[in-house]
Amino acid sequence: MADIRNTFVGIKSPNPFWLASAPPTDKAYNVERAFKAGWGGVVWKTLGEEGPPVVNVNGPRYGAIWGADRRLLGLNNIELITDRDLYTNLTEMKQVKKNWPDRAVVASIMVPCEEAAWKAILPLVEETEVDGIELNFGCPHGMSERGMGSAVGQVPEYIEMVVRWCKQYTRMPVITKLTPNISDIRHPARAAKRGGTDAVSLINTISSIVSVDLDSFSPNPSIGGKGSHGGYCGPAVKPIALNMVAEIARDPETYGLPISGIGGVTTWRDAAEFLALGAGNVQVCTAAMTYGFKIVEEMITGLCDWMDAKGHKSLDDITGRAVQNVTDWQYLNLNYIAKAKIDQDLCIKCGRCHIACEDTSHQAITNQVNGIRHFEVMEDECVGCNLCVNVCPVENCITLDALPAGALDERTGKVVDPTYANWTQHPNNPMTRQAAE
Amino acid sequence: MDRLGNGIAAGRLTPADYETNFADLHPRLDKHEALVAADRCYFCYDAPCMTACPTAIDIPLFIRQISTGNPLGSAKTIFDQNILGGMCARVCPTETLCEQACVRNTAEDRPVEIGKLQRYATDIAMETNRQFYERAASTGKTIAVVGAGPAGLAAAHRLARHGHGVVIFDAREKSGGLNEYGIATYKAVDEFAQREVDYVTAIGGIEIRNGQALGRDFSLSDLGGQYDAIFLGMGLSGVNGLGVEGEDLQGVDDAVDFIAALRQTPDRSVLPIGRRVVVIGGGMTAIDAAIQAKLLGAEEVTICYRRGKDNMNASGYEQDLATANGVIIRHWLAPKRIIADDGHVAGIEVEYTAMRDGRLVGTGETGVIAADQVMKAIGQNFAASGLGSLQFDGGRILVDLEGRTSLEGVWAGGDCVGIGEDLTVTAVAQGRDAAESINRALMAAAQPAMAVA
Repeated sequence: MADIRNTFVGIKSPNPFWLASAPPTDKAYNVERAFKAGWGGVVWKTLGEEGPPVVNVNGPRYGAIWGADRRLLGLNNIELITDRDLYTNLTEMKQVKKNWPDRAVVASIMVPCEEAAWKAILPLVEETEVDGIELNFGCPHGMSERGMGSAVGQVPEYIEMVVRWCKQYTRMPVITKLTPNISDIRHPARAAKRGGTDAVSLINTISSIVSVDLDSFSPNPSIGGKGSHGGYCGPAVKPIALNMVAEIARDPETYGLPISGIGGVTTWRDAAEFLALGAGNVQVCTAAMTYGFKIVEEMITGLCDWMDAKGHKSLDDITGRAVQNVTDWQYLNLNYIAKAKIDQDLCIKCGRCHIACEDTSHQAITNQVNGIRHFEVMEDECVGCNLCVNVCPVENCITLDALPAGALDERTGKVVDPTYANWTQHPNNPMTRQAAE
Repeated sequence: MDRLGNGIAAGRLTPADYETNFADLHPRLDKHEALVAADRCYFCYDAPCMTACPTAIDIPLFIRQISTGNPLGSAKTIFDQNILGGMCARVCPTETLCEQACVRNTAEDRPVEIGKLQRYATDIAMETNRQFYERAASTGKTIAVVGAGPAGLAAAHRLARHGHGVVIFDAREKSGGLNEYGIATYKAVDEFAQREVDYVTAIGGIEIRNGQALGRDFSLSDLGGQYDAIFLGMGLSGVNGLGVEGEDLQGVDDAVDFIAALRQTPDRSVLPIGRRVVVIGGGMTAIDAAIQAKLLGAEEVTICYRRGKDNMNASGYEQDLATANGVIIRHWLAPKRIIADDGHVAGIEVEYTAMRDGRLVGTGETGVIAADQVMKAIGQNFAASGLGSLQFDGGRILVDLEGRTSLEGVWAGGDCVGIGEDLTVTAVAQGRDAAESINRALMAAAQPAMAVA
């Protein structure tokens, strides 16, 4: 049986599945339920400074987009940090940590970008004996208008400065949560590292408008006819999050910096992908908000079963395994040649591969052969783009098969070269020509 | 009320039973159900369902319009090809047409529910009487249409769209043809056939004269001088006989009359039905009659068909519907003699049949099924008169692919012609296409001759 016990910046948890700082971790009642359900840890809903708490809107806070059968694909929210009193939260956190010593409890914090504010709150949090802190530099809505959240996360100098204060005023591990609302995620990650952070966590939500009400012409969620951009999360953001995690994992300046992976983790498979791209654990929110806490059972068993099947004994066997395979486009092997192949036994003859290829790609799939409805790849036209694989409704019906070295590529009339050759070496590359001159 | 009384009697059930038994077979999908069903459509390229539809409705498009919250746009997509899309959604044997062709069958043996989705969209449009078509400017031409059934209505609507005037002659009191008189009650509840006639004729320019039978009240030649073109869509009015002893006995009825009576009665409790009913035949009429006999309170209903299950014209779905309603379907039995008792039906003697050397033959073995009532449902034939020198083929009107008959200016479509299956949807397609052909012919004749350089 695979061992999925997790240690992240020294914080131990029985599995790598934490609940992210968000509505599901707003109070002891929810967190207790989460731990009973099996979650390995929580990052408590973000605490603000002492005093009257923030207020939330009293209308809708969430909007969504859906796939087939109204399956939730993306969620957008305009909820702020906790709207409960600081001491209520601290008291509950302390009690919950005492009740669940084997689980991870991390405090998320967002206070004004002033040294005094951080200096004031850190001892209060430390006193609860939770395992660490996460700096919320990510929320793109509401708090950012007040100079907090993503307003900090978008300025690397501020990140570095606040992380430095935190490392100075607390012994607790510091996890810096990054906003994706920035052009190059490596810069805030490098800044956090320079400030001395123990880890980064990402991604926070993406600035978004999920939909427009076409009767009232108000963005959704609509508060009396007006809307504001919210933070987008859920399965739809996973690809963006994976890329950002990988960028940090393979950046020489941040290489080895622990990463807590966040963004659309819904199944064990999503989690395994984050781990493979360098995350030390994952944080989940939307999946729990969609299906409830029980989903962690699927995540735990799925991850263990996969690890057992593949012979991975512990999380260390997985973490970062895919990082070395993430490269720049210019280093991809241009001598790797693949062709689509349609399994005629699985084909249901919907014709979507044909029309996608015919209308929008390379005219490489038949719709008839000898007058009969039949979909087949014309190898002399197929560039191996994979579009047909992606639009086919039947899994594994269309595959992209690599041509072996020495085989003839009917499209180019050339034999497949077994050697590796990339764009940097290609004669059409002006930089190559320059170098040769 | 005597539920188990012998002979043919009315009032076998409670009023509540009648209500329940003849309620809508498949209530319309609600919005959520429609969205879930629509989600399953793959929006196929050159979709096989569309090819399988005799009226070639753009099925992937109308389903996509449902899924994007545009049921009225969806209804228009349907009506563009089939103005009787509402009735077709109820009565089409979709399991042998569009739904049989659905690619979902290949991977999971469960097609997209095209018929139910079509009903969802067309019901919404018809309930709000949303009309999508306007008459073109009047052409001054008037076309006579014989028969206000699916073929005639489809032809009339398309002709009206082109700006022609239409006069429809129909022998019956009500319009709709088989939609009104020949469809099982539970497939078209709440006067749907009449509502559909109203919806179709609301385009204007269509006059219907009921109680006008070809051959009785007028002849084809009467129409010739008065109208610019004629469309014949009068269906089949004759019923095939069994040709066996006892066929004239009391208690031997035509299934089509039984079905029509059920549709027309304001009170089903007054309709008599046998305690034990035998229906002879293997098509939709046999199934509709047998199920409704059961629903009307018959204790025992048996369909006898002289060939095997696979040969039945009724679809597998319809056969299952019959057996689920308690009808017994017996194959390889041919009627030999109807047995009398005091002038009434007492039973039917049947002969077992088999295929020998590709021919259906009696095996000589016989049996008797006790019955109070026997219904004939072995097909209809063309029994119209007053058609002058019109040419026939296999007992039906000879037409080309555009619906042109052997007579200049006369077109025909629907069950009365010799091509296509005898389905509502086929009749609609033929009526529509004949109307286009008529329009082309009239408009070409109206154009001044082009000078050829």
